[in-house]
Amino acid sequence: MQHEPSTRPDTARTLAAGEPADAAAPVTLPTGRSAGCPFDPPAGLAELREERPLARMTYPDGHVGWLATGWSTVRSIMGDSRFSSRYELMHYPLPGGPEGPLPPAPLGDMTGMDAPEHTRFRRILTGKFTVRRMRQLSDRVAEITAEHLDAMERGGPGVDLVEAFARPLPALMICELLGVPYADRERFQGHAHTIMSMDVTPEERYGAFVGLQEYMAELVAAKRAAPADDLLGDLARDSDLTDEELVGIGGFLLAAGLDTTANMIAHGTFALLTEPAQADALRADPELAPQAVEELMRYLTVAHTSVKSALVDVELDGLVVKAGESVTLSLEAANRDPERFPGPDVLDLHRKATGHLGFGHGIHQCLGQQLARVELTVALPALLRRFPTLRLDVPAEEVPLRTDMSIYGVHRLPVTWDEV
Amino acid sequence: MDVHVDRDRCLGAGMCALTAPRVFDQDEEEGLVVLLDARPPEEQRAAVRVAAGVCPASVITLTQDGSSPAS
Repeated sequence: MQHEPSTRPDTARTLAAGEPADAAAPVTLPTGRSAGCPFDPPAGLAELREERPLARMTYPDGHVGWLATGWSTVRSIMGDSRFSSRYELMHYPLPGGPEGPLPPAPLGDMTGMDAPEHTRFRRILTGKFTVRRMRQLSDRVAEITAEHLDAMERGGPGVDLVEAFARPLPALMICELLGVPYADRERFQGHAHTIMSMDVTPEERYGAFVGLQEYMAELVAAKRAAPADDLLGDLARDSDLTDEELVGIGGFLLAAGLDTTANMIAHGTFALLTEPAQADALRADPELAPQAVEELMRYLTVAHTSVKSALVDVELDGLVVKAGESVTLSLEAANRDPERFPGPDVLDLHRKATGHLGFGHGIHQCLGQQLARVELTVALPALLRRFPTLRLDVPAEEVPLRTDMSIYGVHRLPVTWDEV
Repeated sequence: MDVHVDRDRCLGAGMCALTAPRVFDQDEEEGLVVLLDARPPEEQRAAVRVAAGVCPASVITLTQDGSSPAS
């Protein structure tokens, strides 16, 4: 990295004694993935993690904040209430984002809230996403899985796995859980997709957000009139949420449940098909599934980054993050930290990937993680066992990657198999 | 090993109930941690240590002999 003090923005920080001068040189967020390694984080992150797990970073809007890549650094920031998640304090880390501060989180968008507002929403919802409640959904997940695998088999070899399996399963489950009619999916899936896209204009994203809210407002009005026995119905009947909050929460949960697990199923299958020995291990040993899911969460890290902003000066790793500075947390770099996960770039389903940050950490750790675990634990082994000869139908480098979406994965996964 | 939990700061993420289900559960209403066994037997202790380590809100603390922090 070239040191160019004359052209670099002021880093607002003096060098510590003995610190190499280059350590002050801000980087930009590495985003380019090499086509040959669809499962590896962008090149540059590993080097950065080794040299400075907390590095100065220049943001596209000119802000000079930080980039955290080391597992322990990322994890400690996620668990530290001196760092805020509020959007209006955040500088956007990717090019093409909004200039200047973001608007505050819309009502119900828990991702952009701090305590105590966040605590209130979280407390209302946690009891509905417990380990036990989600496990009770296993049979229903298995049923939906079997129906979709049956349909694949009937249609004969050759499908896009995203369309045939990975997308419908979590969509059906989140719809059933919330009480959103799956038949309405044309009305909300397009909006949710636009919200998750990185190459849309702010106007397009806002329009999609409004569209999703309009849909949810109609649904919430119906739930208020006749609360059904589902999550939105329960909230309409029992919670102290206002209509606007309920609409916000409903849209948030729906959007969060659609894209995330779908990409873990599709991208996880892609990874397993490129490592046939790992796929065979999962086929052979159903007991391996829970552990395999944790390793896939670590290895793939489909939600790449999170951004926090310091509320006060915080000393970390011998450096000072000043109040107001944003820190981009690279979850994918943290999950490949060799100090925490030896040989991190190898997919090893027998590894104990405990402590991975694939679902985040701290107060914002994924609310739906236990649902995701149930879906993945049921769906992936069932798919592999039903189709013992499942394989990619195109060369791996032709699988279209979601480098344009905030949740990584594949747009399509053409697969085929031998008929029995 | 003595196990302590701080329900006031619990987030209900369920990592403890997932990791050491004989020692931790979640209540039906709020999904917050319920301690099933404050002095878990030897064979549960490794899982309890992992559960304390992965708790996203760090609400599980372990002590030995009722006082000194367990490693």
